[in-house]
Amino acid sequence: MKRTGKIGLALSTPYILYALTFVVFPLFFSVYLIFHRWDGMSTPTWIGLKNVARLVNDELFYQSILNTLLFLVINIPLQIFLALIFAVGLNSIKFLRGFFRAVYFMPVVVSGVVVTIVWLQLYSYDNGILNNLLTMVGLPRVAWLVSPSMAMPSIALMATWKNVGLYTVLFLAGLQGIPAEFYEAATIDGASFARKFLRITVPLLGPTMTLVVILSTINGFSLFVEPFVMTGGGPLNATLSSVLYIYNQAFSFGHLGYASALGFVFAVIILLAVLVQRRVLETE
Amino acid sequence: MKKTLSAVLKYFFLTAFAVGFLYPFLWMLSGSFKPDFDVMKLGLFSSHFTLFNYDLVFGRIPILRAFLNSLIVAMSVTATVIVFGSMVGYALAKIKWKGAGTLTVFLLFTMTLPFQLTLIPLYTMVVKFGITDNLLGLILPNMLTAVSVIMFRQFFVTIPDSLIEAARIDGCGELRVIFNVVVPLSKPAVVTVGIITFLTSWNDVLWPLIVIRNRYLMTLPQLITVFVLGGQAESHLGAELAASVLLAVPILVIYSFFQRYFIQSFVSSGVKG
Repeated sequence: MKRTGKIGLALSTPYILYALTFVVFPLFFSVYLIFHRWDGMSTPTWIGLKNVARLVNDELFYQSILNTLLFLVINIPLQIFLALIFAVGLNSIKFLRGFFRAVYFMPVVVSGVVVTIVWLQLYSYDNGILNNLLTMVGLPRVAWLVSPSMAMPSIALMATWKNVGLYTVLFLAGLQGIPAEFYEAATIDGASFARKFLRITVPLLGPTMTLVVILSTINGFSLFVEPFVMTGGGPLNATLSSVLYIYNQAFSFGHLGYASALGFVFAVIILLAVLVQRRVLETE
Repeated sequence: MKKTLSAVLKYFFLTAFAVGFLYPFLWMLSGSFKPDFDVMKLGLFSSHFTLFNYDLVFGRIPILRAFLNSLIVAMSVTATVIVFGSMVGYALAKIKWKGAGTLTVFLLFTMTLPFQLTLIPLYTMVVKFGITDNLLGLILPNMLTAVSVIMFRQFFVTIPDSLIEAARIDGCGELRVIFNVVVPLSKPAVVTVGIITFLTSWNDVLWPLIVIRNRYLMTLPQLITVFVLGGQAESHLGAELAASVLLAVPILVIYSFFQRYFIQSFVSSGVKG
């Protein structure tokens, strides 16, 4: 028993050292930084609750949360809706199923930088492909990334395009776990397709649904490269995401203490959001 | 009759969306070989085939160097995550010791922590260690992940103790048991952890932007981001697309051969994570 104790500890040493250096210490340091002003070079100065007071009055902080909420309100339902349709469609065919699945999943493995650069051009106001298509059928151009009210929805749409494949394969895996007898029994009872979908498919996909909502929420709060490359957070801060704001405070303005306080508060918000979603979705 | 009609509709619908997912990639590829005045056209073929865009990219930025940097970082991180992750996973799954429970709880706890929490403090650690503008600054903070340890643990639990006992009786030390017996039996777990870790590292942009300022040490996605934003592309749309192609193609080539494994990895890590 004593010997195995030593072996267990010895084998775990790499993680313990890693965690102490790159998890535990930074965790405490983030709390420490909340109460300090620091530019990253000189010694941090104690400023009490000034960072917190500043945060409470920081309009950009609230703006970045509202932006993220707008992103999520569009991204999550759209993603679930499309992924469900795709998964049910793929589940009902045999021929070429693997091919379609692979194509829908493709944007998931590609770097966000690639997707962002391509969509930046697709969204171009004057001669982007999307606006060209719209004018071809006689519709007015859309100011995708130029208008403050459209910019975040446009990014949410692009993110849906990039990530929906992941949620499709998650739903597909969930669907394949539903026994065929359920559908057969319902068919014998004369249930319509819509009824079977609403009464069997959707409830049994519940756990996957919860997972999708939580992953999308975390993803929304992690948004960085898309606004960084496409809009720089503009126009009028309409696409300033929480991570972009942390990045700007820390590396454009050199306010490392304040950026750390922002990170701390955003992390608490994410944890609370995930907790609430778990509670609500799992009891339903 | 009704059945064939619905099948036709299904395939029509699935194909329409497949085009929606494929077209932007094909457009990017074809645009990278077009002169700027042709890029924004809907069609994929141009009568003005040119390599100008690639010349511009290779001439302006050290892209081969960036490719190499990305490869070094992603391979090192993947290797350390697999080696150390399987060691710790084994200690938690197959060795009875007092700390195992506590450590597992701690691992699960760190998995819930959003990265925003430690982003800035982590940066200060890298500064303290003097490894900014150093590939180690990208490797060390990512050399292990809690998810990988947990995934190895879950898989190792299913391996029969008798096999491990037999190896020990044959005189294997614990490390040989891990790397000669347990890990070879756990290919699905190794593949999943390997693919997810490699992709996460290869595609990461935020952390390199924070840690690396020297353009010769930049990773591929970072260098391309800086290329597009910093004006070196001189708003040559074709050149931006050529850079994107160079970033996307390595992953897409591997993906086209191993897409089944990629998808499986995401599904199993999604469900467990």
